[in-house]
Amino acid sequence: MSREAANLLVVRRLLVVVAAAFFLGFALVPLYEIACEKVFGIKLDGAGVTASEARAMTVDPSRTIRVRFDATVNSALDWEFAPKHRVVEVHPGQLTQAWFTATNRASHPVVGNAVPSVAPNTASIYFNKTECFCFTEQLLAGGETRDMPVVFVIDPAIPREVRELTLGYAFFLNDTATRRVVAADVAATPRS
Amino acid sequence: MATHSATHDDHDHKPQGFLDRWLFTTNHKDIGTLYLVWSLIMFLVGGAMAMVIRAELFQPGLQLVHPEFFNQMTTMHALVMIFGAVMPAFVGLANWMIPLQIGAPDMALPRMNNWSFWLLPFAFFLLLVTLVLPGGAPQAGWTLYPPLSLQGGYSIAFTIFAIHLMGISSIMGAINIIATILNMRAPGMDLLKMPLFTWTWLITAFLLIAVMPVLAGAVTMLLTDKFFGTSFFNAAGGGDPVLFQHVFWFFGHPEVYIMILPAFGIISEIIPTFSRKPLFGYQAMVYATASIAFLSFIVWAHHMFTVGMPVGAQLYFMYATMLIAVPTGVKVFNWVATMWRGSLTFETPMLFALGFVIMFTIGGFSGLMLAIVPADYQYHDTYFVVAHFHYVLVTGAIFGIMAGVYYWLPKWTGFMYDEKLGKIHFWWSTISVNVLFFPQHFLGLAGMPRRIPDYNVAFAEFNMISSIGGFAFGLAQVFFVYVLWKASRAGVKATDQVWEGAKGLEWTVPSPAPHHTFQRPPVIDDSKLAHGDVTH
Ligand SMILES: [Cu+2]
Repeated sequence: MSREAANLLVVRRLLVVVAAAFFLGFALVPLYEIACEKVFGIKLDGAGVTASEARAMTVDPSRTIRVRFDATVNSALDWEFAPKHRVVEVHPGQLTQAWFTATNRASHPVVGNAVPSVAPNTASIYFNKTECFCFTEQLLAGGETRDMPVVFVIDPAIPREVRELTLGYAFFLNDTATRRVVAADVAATPRS
Repeated sequence: MATHSATHDDHDHKPQGFLDRWLFTTNHKDIGTLYLVWSLIMFLVGGAMAMVIRAELFQPGLQLVHPEFFNQMTTMHALVMIFGAVMPAFVGLANWMIPLQIGAPDMALPRMNNWSFWLLPFAFFLLLVTLVLPGGAPQAGWTLYPPLSLQGGYSIAFTIFAIHLMGISSIMGAINIIATILNMRAPGMDLLKMPLFTWTWLITAFLLIAVMPVLAGAVTMLLTDKFFGTSFFNAAGGGDPVLFQHVFWFFGHPEVYIMILPAFGIISEIIPTFSRKPLFGYQAMVYATASIAFLSFIVWAHHMFTVGMPVGAQLYFMYATMLIAVPTGVKVFNWVATMWRGSLTFETPMLFALGFVIMFTIGGFSGLMLAIVPADYQYHDTYFVVAHFHYVLVTGAIFGIMAGVYYWLPKWTGFMYDEKLGKIHFWWSTISVNVLFFPQHFLGLAGMPRRIPDYNVAFAEFNMISSIGGFAFGLAQVFFVYVLWKASRAGVKATDQVWEGAKGLEWTVPSPAPHHTFQRPPVIDDSKLAHGDVTH
């Protein structure tokens, strides 16, 4: 094989590696989700269960789990956000409702999205929400305050050593949705 | 000065016009020079940014610059030093020395080589121009973590395109180096007879083509999150910012070895020369380098112990990280064993090599401390981390580069540099760099966070000491430029072998190395190679 042909062969093979590595960068997105959920048992999306699924769980009155609530707001979002109560005590299997309050400090409508997380993260697969403000975009008019519910049930299969867990929410500014709302407002306002 | 006919007699066909010589060059030595000069310029630019940082931190409180500008400086200092100074310096050394070390007439793909270099000025124009655009340069740190990096201005787009160009440049450079080493070796130059600098670069090049595309993918997703409404990492749309950290460090940890393995190679060339002994454990050095490269792919999450990982993952990443100390320890042991009972002399390259061995090891030890998960919760994001990675990158990577530059400079210019000035440069740099970075260990242990322009008055003294060291180290590098400038113009004429104990093909060609070398493959004489006798 001539030197040119040998060089070309090396280049071709290495370009395949480069392409594979570039693809791997994107493939890490689903791989990460699979690794978290299937291997480490960490629920990432905070997706809910249906109310009937939740009711099918039997309440275990012999155990009490302390659930703490935490609320943070990303610096890009000018909101106040806090839980009504810091702590509740629940039995596994018991459907429980908790309230959070958010206030839009800006004078114009803003859309925010809440991202939930459960600590310790290994308990997250046992923490089920049937209803949550985090499932949808939250639109608050300028200066508006809203109480928002979350309904959850802890799976009685949760390991016995878990006596306490924390449900945290972080509110982020949803730029795209806010721009859409502002544009719709402008279109709806009759021009003088 | 030589007339045209005289240069013709030397068979030294340099292109005559400036543009032909430099812009359109396909000559590995000229491209190597371009890379090295570029890297020196970027080293000074990045260094100037570091001076701004140290000046602001000279005293507690905000006195010189706005906090936003301070954050731009920390971000840009890192990007310029990593992608503009350290990586191009190694590529420049590879261009110059690999063909000379393996007896090849040039790089395998000379025109691609030209392109690899000339992408860099465009990349850094994009990156540096953000300093004068409205909104300023990126401020979210060189790691570009979302959500912060997505909350800044449009400079993120410039940064991402700059990273794309740098990535393409590095990947093309790496492909070229692999093709050169695999296909262009002189007959008889077996893989296990290659000098270690060539070996470490072969392994580094594989790291580059494996991880630079991953970085390109990560920043591309960041770009679409910012401008095209996707939500890979954008939490507001359901993305996961922690995922970015995983993808980034999957690139980032191998990247730190990309910046140190070629330095290992340089040190493995210099210590045998000035010990007048063959390298101890040549094959062990090759396998240790390969092991470090392999391990670098499976330890990335030690950069993010505090994100809330499962305990099993923390334990795995802790032990896997500590495992890297084994092959690294083999290397340090072999360097010391090479010097054992050698007849040592301490010319400037050897001084920098010894400084490297000692101070890189200090950086390695603080790295081991950071690998301990429970301790890392205290050290994370403090000046302890800053001290750690500056020991491995400044007294490690950059001292390695400087050692290599002093070592091969006579081969490039034909003149010996001024030994006295070289030694002054070494001691000035070594003392000041320790005054600069050693106190930062204590600042970090005491809780001073990194990337913040102001600090508690309790940290005042050590910051002032650190800043004084910083200014002295900065000045030492201006002096380095003077030493280089002087050595490029005049000095004692260098012999072909340059150093008494030097072995290997690069020392068989004249000094300065003519424009074209090894047009005919050299005849390999194992006894004249640094590592020819593989039985030792
Ligand atoms: Cu690392």
